[in-house]
Amino acid sequence: MSKESQNKFAEIPGILGMKGWLFAAAVIIFLHFTLQLGLNAYYFQILMFAGINITLAVSLNLVNGFTGQFSMGHAGFMSVGGYMSSYLTTTYFASNPDMLQNPIISGVIFFFALIAGGVAATLAGYVVGLPSLRLRGDYLAIVTLGFGEIIRVLLLNMNIVGGARGLSGIQPLTNFFWVFIFALLTVFCVWRVVHSAKGRVLLAIREDEIAGTSMGVNTTEGKVWAFSLGAFFAGIAGGLFAHYLTTLNPGTFDFNRSFEIIIMVVLGGMGSISGSIVAAIFLTLLKEVLRPLQQITGYDLRMIIYSLVLIGMMLTRPQGIFGTSEITSLFNYFKKRLKRGAP
Amino acid sequence: MTQIALKTEKLTIQFGGLKAVNEFDIEIKSGMIFGLIGPNGAGKTTVFNMLTGVYQPTSGSIIGFNKNLVGLKPFQITHAGFARTFQNIRLFKNLTVLQNLQVAMDQNPKHKKFGLLSTLIKTAKLLESEGEKTAECLSILKIFNLDSRAEEIASNLPYGDQRRLEIARAIATGSRLLLLDEPAAGMNSKETASLMHTIKDVRKIFDATVLLIEHDMKLVMGICERIAVLDYGVKIAEGTPSEIQKNPRVIEAYLGKAATNDQAR
Repeated sequence: MSKESQNKFAEIPGILGMKGWLFAAAVIIFLHFTLQLGLNAYYFQILMFAGINITLAVSLNLVNGFTGQFSMGHAGFMSVGGYMSSYLTTTYFASNPDMLQNPIISGVIFFFALIAGGVAATLAGYVVGLPSLRLRGDYLAIVTLGFGEIIRVLLLNMNIVGGARGLSGIQPLTNFFWVFIFALLTVFCVWRVVHSAKGRVLLAIREDEIAGTSMGVNTTEGKVWAFSLGAFFAGIAGGLFAHYLTTLNPGTFDFNRSFEIIIMVVLGGMGSISGSIVAAIFLTLLKEVLRPLQQITGYDLRMIIYSLVLIGMMLTRPQGIFGTSEITSLFNYFKKRLKRGAP
Repeated sequence: MTQIALKTEKLTIQFGGLKAVNEFDIEIKSGMIFGLIGPNGAGKTTVFNMLTGVYQPTSGSIIGFNKNLVGLKPFQITHAGFARTFQNIRLFKNLTVLQNLQVAMDQNPKHKKFGLLSTLIKTAKLLESEGEKTAECLSILKIFNLDSRAEEIASNLPYGDQRRLEIARAIATGSRLLLLDEPAAGMNSKETASLMHTIKDVRKIFDATVLLIEHDMKLVMGICERIAVLDYGVKIAEGTPSEIQKNPRVIEAYLGKAATNDQAR
């Protein structure tokens, strides 16, 4: 084998260097300051939801797409994180209202509240991960669906977070920077994990659990691990969502929300991070683009067209927009074509 | 003194009222190619499943490389040096040939495992270890003549190559005892002949011990140094290929009582 082709294998496929990620972070900081100047509030809101949805879809893809464990409880993890961080910030700022004046201090507190929400969701993910050791396929889907409902009903009956009235008066701390930094962090973590030895454990679980375990893969550990990491980012997304809406009620995180995230993952391609990103943006936009249709026609055709798009997509391309490939392989493809000198 | 790779004593498993395997004893010396044969339903694969931790034996002991293996989970048994292939091929179908090996190589006890933090930062040590692992995978693939197909999706390989890839993957785990469950199933005679060479090479190059289940008598008699015969869960004979061929109980198990007078093959 030639030296060159050996190098090609030695390189872990498609990993962007640290510089690339830092550059992306710098772009987010730059946009944070420029977008606030001139962007229409409505467009800004769509942008924020798209960012939160990227975090949700990419983290769910880790569980559903890469590990092959069909989880339907992502909204449940989101609500754990959302409630946890909102509870922390509301109680803190209620006793220290002057801290809100300082954007840096309130930002730091917000950051830690989000992380706390993520950790709470991770614990929940661990708890759900444990039964998932025994269950697979549809059974697991039902368990996770049930988990989401349990969380919702628990929150409905917890007076400390407002019960059915919900939690209101949450400080609007979420801004462009936080949403997209965490989206970037999610993409970064999932990307690096998936393209590593740890990620190969997850892929082995997806492909064939029995073969995996007889190759020495601790499938139990791998599954719980994927669940917990996925839940962590869902918890963070929940926190960002809560501090954007400023009110929460248990109904916000019903199973429809879980399905919305699943649709993004499936549409983008199970096992494709770029696919999840594209689908998250596309579906967030699609819902808004169709909104004026109601004013024109007088009927609420929005959800009908939305679902027709999904049905059409699944009929023509059931593996999703990207399948299991990434956008980087597209670059590589063009690079190869250029090298060969083909038109 | 040669080391004992595997020793079972009175290995028994009971499913309800059925004793699928009853007091099964074998002793395999390190470096040996050992065959396990028997008619359909004799319990050969059940023995494999007990040895690899898929089933827990009802009673009896399994000692692999001087370590008790009863009660361990399948992945722990792999870490202890046992790796298997499957009767119906179980590759990671949508992964590349190289990735199939990398999954196994990651679990090889001689390679260090890295935590989440070093995975995220991609430390220099991690990259170095990844490079080493990949190089080792490629060298194993080369022995199996699969290196030119390293980047192909495993399910696109021809059948014979898939079988061989499964063996390569088992070796990548760093195991010293390979349990091959019908490695020649579905192969034509040419592929079987090349498989026989592969198994012999593997033993020589990787200093491995092989325990194989096989129905293809040409392969079994051709490469095994010792053979055990299982019938209705009981070991009815053990010995060298020529001893087994002459053993009247074996002939009876395969061909029935009336045929005992004929010489098989």
